[in-house]
Amino acid sequence: MLIRRPPDIRSSELTSETLYLGRREWLKSAGVMAAGLALPRPVGSDLIRRDDDKPTPYEVVTTYNNYYEFGTGKDEPAQNARSLRLRPWTITVEGDVKRPGAYQLDDLLKGLPVVDRVYRMRCVEAWSMVVPWNGVVLGDLIKKLEPGSKARFVEFTTLEDLKQMPGQASGVLDWPYVEALRLDEAMHPLALLSTGIYGKPLLGQNGAPIRLTVPWKYGFKGGKSIVRIRFVETMPKTTWNIAAPSEYGFYANVNPAVSHPRWSQKTERRLGDFLKRPTLPFNGYADQVVSLYSGMDLRANF
Amino acid sequence: MREPQVVRWVLKPAAWVACLGPAAWLVAGLIRSDLGADPVKTLTHTTGLSALIILLVTLSVSPARWLTGVNGLVRLRRLLGLFAFFYAVLHFLIYAVFDHQLSVADITDDVVEHPWVLVGFATLLILTALAVTSPAAAVRRLGGKRWQRLHRLVYVAGGLAVLHFYWLVKKDVSEPLRYAAILGVLLGARVIKARWRRSPPVAAPIRGT
Repeated sequence: MLIRRPPDIRSSELTSETLYLGRREWLKSAGVMAAGLALPRPVGSDLIRRDDDKPTPYEVVTTYNNYYEFGTGKDEPAQNARSLRLRPWTITVEGDVKRPGAYQLDDLLKGLPVVDRVYRMRCVEAWSMVVPWNGVVLGDLIKKLEPGSKARFVEFTTLEDLKQMPGQASGVLDWPYVEALRLDEAMHPLALLSTGIYGKPLLGQNGAPIRLTVPWKYGFKGGKSIVRIRFVETMPKTTWNIAAPSEYGFYANVNPAVSHPRWSQKTERRLGDFLKRPTLPFNGYADQVVSLYSGMDLRANF
Repeated sequence: MREPQVVRWVLKPAAWVACLGPAAWLVAGLIRSDLGADPVKTLTHTTGLSALIILLVTLSVSPARWLTGVNGLVRLRRLLGLFAFFYAVLHFLIYAVFDHQLSVADITDDVVEHPWVLVGFATLLILTALAVTSPAAAVRRLGGKRWQRLHRLVYVAGGLAVLHFYWLVKKDVSEPLRYAAILGVLLGARVIKARWRRSPPVAAPIRGT
């Protein structure tokens, strides 16, 4: 199969100005580090960062999924999501917003530029993949919808329909699935509403027809198959936080320093690798997003 | 064929083949690079689950013997128990090599910090003690009473193994609960049996024949 590899994110979009201007210093220190790397290294260290951030194969991204609406096994969504009808798809916009209403998906996205983004995806279960997404920048849509002055959070609700989502027969989570972001997080240029991967339309198991992608947070923050977007003043109750408040916080920023109560978050296994690699703060997007959380205790607000 | 021969020539070879099945499947998968999107998870999960299932099969030998009256079944017990130990060791080695690159410091941290790892580790220690004392010579040296008391720890190992599974699952605990139920039945059978034995000899069931 011929798969077009979308370009990486333009560096001007992501690199902060100070970092960009300091690149010569970085190059100098990189030279020093490279000299250090020439020294003998422990056996196996090549395996840790094998194929660094190479996109995970399409077949893996579309068959290894957490989407409990279609079953709790990793392979179940790919089998069961075929029953999902992707059009017509209505999204209700509610709350403190100037343009509320029930929109057809294609009308809602009309006029917004489609972008390609290759993002790391870190699951809270300590595995990760790299996905070339296509979609629209969430902030672009929010600007179009014009939130009111009281809106501080944006809530995303997944479809609830037992006929199409057999996993909802089980009470493993409270349905429908709800995720949310603080408005400033949602306005961050990295936050995406994805409609495709590898240049193809999203499949049901990946959250078709439209899903949230927030690369600096654990994967469960990425609500799938969204049918409602609500602008609210108070922090919404989110699904995993309701299910186990001590294990899954509202923020759920990728953070190797804060363990899940039952397992470590220090390392992760990139799908296909044998050895684990260190997990990076904010999944490696700290330079871009850390300012959103200045002054916040990330241990308390996990 | 008489009963000892059936055990020796039919049941024991069948147990060997069945118990080596998961290991053979994993080796074949490794050779063909066909262990799914997360091969290490497949290795860890399959060896762990095999250890648990074979441990439960080991615990069902005695109830099966009481039910069928085929006393020769007891000769399968050590073989099965050692296979449970074999998979538990593989499970641990895969974890030690691929999750922690054999770093003793990392493994120690993980065992101390995370109860489910600690519980898994405790299970492995118990199974090691039982495996080491499984040869006939060890039984003789310990004396039947002490050996039996030591080997009662197998029930603790079974409980800890199920708990280990229960704690690692993110949310859908239905599978570990199924194994907990099976363990409950196997332990319940022993309680009923012990009650039975304590009642007057007249009521004792006639076994064998």
